[in-house]
Amino acid sequence: MGLFADLRDSISAVTAKLFAGESEDPKRIGIYGPPNAGKTTLANRIARDWTGDAVGPESHIPHETRRARRKENVEIERDGHTVSIDIVDTPGVTTKVDYEEFLDHDMEKDEAVRRSREATEGVAEAMHWLREDVDGVIYVLDSTTDPFTQVNTMLIGIIESRDLPVLILANKTDLEDSKVQRIRNAFPQHETIELSALEGENMDEVYDRIAEKFG
Amino acid sequence: MAEQEPETDDGVQLDLISAERMENKTSMEKIRMILDSVHDGDIVVLEQGLTPDEESKLIEVTMTEINPDGFTGIEIESFPRSETKESGFLGRLMGKDEDPAKLTVIGPANQIQSLHKDETLISALLKRK
Ligand SMILES: Nc1nc2c(ncn2[C@@H]2O[C@H](COP(=O)(O)OP(=O)(O)OP(=O)(O)O)[C@@H](O)[C@H]2O)c(=O)[nH]1
Ligand SMILES: [Mg+2]
Repeated sequence: MGLFADLRDSISAVTAKLFAGESEDPKRIGIYGPPNAGKTTLANRIARDWTGDAVGPESHIPHETRRARRKENVEIERDGHTVSIDIVDTPGVTTKVDYEEFLDHDMEKDEAVRRSREATEGVAEAMHWLREDVDGVIYVLDSTTDPFTQVNTMLIGIIESRDLPVLILANKTDLEDSKVQRIRNAFPQHETIELSALEGENMDEVYDRIAEKFG
Repeated sequence: MAEQEPETDDGVQLDLISAERMENKTSMEKIRMILDSVHDGDIVVLEQGLTPDEESKLIEVTMTEINPDGFTGIEIESFPRSETKESGFLGRLMGKDEDPAKLTVIGPANQIQSLHKDETLISALLKRK
């Protein structure tokens, strides 16, 4: 268990760095969801809209985000008042990672192994923070895929058990087979907002709801 | 997907674990027990599933144990906690945190071809060795 203890230490260190904040404000909002849902695309859009620069690279290859990235003090203006949040873009949560899947994306073995190791460490960190260090969650789903997955059920369950405020975002509404109602049916107990993070559709409503929920 | 390394025998072991057997274990003991079995290639069926907190720790520990020469993680399916319970008096008394999932199936990702669930049935398709 030595390795695990080491990892725990390094997780705490990274956690401390990423989440250290002197005052109670601003709230730390974790962007969670399965791989490839559009979390980074959303985080970048929010950051660009309100701070002028991006959070990190987006990609069609799953596990593009392997380390959580934080954008501090994002000030969102709504109806004359300002809501200040830190957004933390996390790696897509999964229960399995097989480096061989990266080989399909034209990667050398070394690179694929490294990438999968980073991905697993990143998911472990993200799970750790969800238990310890976030004040609210934006849960992003790709509305063209089935929301009734075990990972989604478990994560929403974890979020609920910690009583964290959560917004569910049904992303990729620009695509033809987007089915937002399927997501509403899956999580009727939560507010679901549809959007296209890529096209910037319905962002006004997203910001309204963020301000309401986390302000 | 890669070919599996041959097991010492070619059967698949199924561990059906009673709620009673888990009841006095700590979260980490439960997770260790589950992952030890899964590392051996076994399928674990828990009569009573894990709490949300335990599920998040299970994911975290699973991630730290994935390695390129064999263990690719887990497949997991469970029947969810009942919605009504947590809003009721008993639910509040017990605390939502304590409320475990119902029957839960966990197995090694690289040995399970698919794990499907609907409201009343979990169906696991194992790879032939
Ligand atoms: N059509 C469409 N594509 C989108 C949208 N949002 C994201 N994408 C695409 O989906 C892919 C994944 O986007 P990312 O933002 O990298 O997804 P992620 O959730 O951060 O993925 P991981 O970091 O791997 O967990 C990219 O190819 C994006 O361009 C959207 O609203 N519409
Ligand atoms: Mg990402």
